[in-house]
Amino acid sequence: MIKSKSYWRYQILINAVMILITLIMVFPLVLLFMSSISSDASLLKYGYSFFPREFSLAAYQYILANGTTLFRAYGMTILVTIIGTILNLTLSSSMAYALSVKKLPFRNIISFYVFFTMLFNGGLVPSYLMWSNVFHIKNTIWALIVPNFMLSAMNVILIRTYFMTSIPEALYEAGKIDGASYFYIFRKIVLPMGTPILVTMGLFTGLSYWNDWTNGLYYVNDTKLYTVQLLLNKMIQDAQALQANASASSANALMKIPTVSVRMAIAFVALLPILVIYPFLQKYFAKGIALGAVKG
Amino acid sequence: MKREKKRRMTWTQMKQYIPLYIMILPGAVYLFINNYIPMTGIIVAFKKYNKAKGIYHSDWVGLDNFTYLFQRDAWIIIRNTLSYNVVFLILGTAAGILLAILITDVVSKRAKKIYQSAIMLPFLISIIIVSYIVFAFLSAENGILNKGILEPLGLDTVKWYSEPKYWPFILVLVNLWKGCGYGTLIYIAGIAGIDGAFYEAAKLDGATRWQQIKKITIPCLVPSIITLTIMGVGRIFSSDFGLFYQVPQNSGSLYDVTNTIDTYVYRALMTTGGLGRSAAAGFFQSVVGFLLVMGVNGMVRKFSKDNAMF
Repeated sequence: MIKSKSYWRYQILINAVMILITLIMVFPLVLLFMSSISSDASLLKYGYSFFPREFSLAAYQYILANGTTLFRAYGMTILVTIIGTILNLTLSSSMAYALSVKKLPFRNIISFYVFFTMLFNGGLVPSYLMWSNVFHIKNTIWALIVPNFMLSAMNVILIRTYFMTSIPEALYEAGKIDGASYFYIFRKIVLPMGTPILVTMGLFTGLSYWNDWTNGLYYVNDTKLYTVQLLLNKMIQDAQALQANASASSANALMKIPTVSVRMAIAFVALLPILVIYPFLQKYFAKGIALGAVKG
Repeated sequence: MKREKKRRMTWTQMKQYIPLYIMILPGAVYLFINNYIPMTGIIVAFKKYNKAKGIYHSDWVGLDNFTYLFQRDAWIIIRNTLSYNVVFLILGTAAGILLAILITDVVSKRAKKIYQSAIMLPFLISIIIVSYIVFAFLSAENGILNKGILEPLGLDTVKWYSEPKYWPFILVLVNLWKGCGYGTLIYIAGIAGIDGAFYEAAKLDGATRWQQIKKITIPCLVPSIITLTIMGVGRIFSSDFGLFYQVPQNSGSLYDVTNTIDTYVYRALMTTGGLGRSAAAGFFQSVVGFLLVMGVNGMVRKFSKDNAMF
């Protein structure tokens, strides 16, 4: 096919713009990585830079040698992410399935009960008081799992919509006629057929657990329960305290205050799993974002 | 007649649904605890909270907490929350539409996918890591801006974390970088749903690409724009806690331009004696936010029912 000159000019122009934008999106991450493989001396002398002035893996060696705190935090993050995601998917998929059965009495009332939590919330103070003073969740692993993330109305609604629109009704009917129970239909028909939506929702739930630091900020000060994000948060605070008061370092004996490159290395290691799975699961991430905009 | 029939649903008929109710129960209980109990706890804003007595039995103090809040800090935190959100909403929409059009127009499938992946990437990064990256740019001693640009040019370096005047721009930039992928993706989906025949017809009539965008693409995106705007307006009193707390590294000298309702609620809650004003600010945020969602949705419903959220 012959395309006009202006067509090619337009293609070159938009590709150039998009390449520039792609670089803007990716370069900050490159900076993070490059700082982590620069020697500390060069970082202090020349500042952070996109190209390491003095290449050094000292930061990663330091992590490997003194990494108990980090490894522990990493394990914590993985544990919380897995337990949280499984709990969330179990609660939301079973709820979504029940609410997708059109004949269910009080279905609309229950759906509204779910939906209303998206419109109104009590805010931080009552939740904080309830979780800490009534459920005594502070400094337990549940503090990282239960508040806020274990179920979201949005997930329930999106999964329900998927169950209702993407699984042929005939399949349910066939199951019913064969005398299958609701539990059986859920396990043998709905869950397998609903895998795409469950993967999508699971990814986003997992991501929010992996990236969360707020629950830890509110409810956890026991360093044994620190996730990677909390460790990173703590390191910023320590660095600030150190700057504010040079003798404060002894107060924060959690980890010998890591040098600049080590901090960047830990941040990069926290990000790594996301960078690794992203190319493979990009499709699901994209789908999830697009779904978020459909009306509930 | 129909009603009569419905009412006569007997216990035996109801019984078959028990398994479904059992499946709903855990989630319903969770929402009751995590969402509904705190909703009732919102009355703590009108009380002098006493830990021993709990929320419901603490003494009422009327509007004392609100008087305190509105005499001192309310203006700044409301101003900041609202103005950042308005700017985010406008820029986010504009950037989203622009990028979506550009990406859609790219012919190469592979390039398209790369661009799309790249703009979504920052969306997945935790705000703490973002704050580390921002620090690498802005650190007074060894940040790129000071060491890599200002110093070599012989200019005075800037103590970024104690200069409020730059932060509105920094926060808008960071938010745009982190968030523009979200809108873009939604608008790409919106554009993909436009009937290709419109464009064919326009081409036959000799319309330029710019005319096509103005007369076809953007009008067709209006429903998505409305939906995203309603969601944005509904959240106009909420702010991304991490963006305003973590990215400026909780720096006290920046509070004037970084303190939003959410950071205020948290900091006041963590201050001795600050619970009352924290609860008052939270109450304000929840109630006004709720009224806004209902109001905006009601208005949209009046004009075009299909675009309303509920």
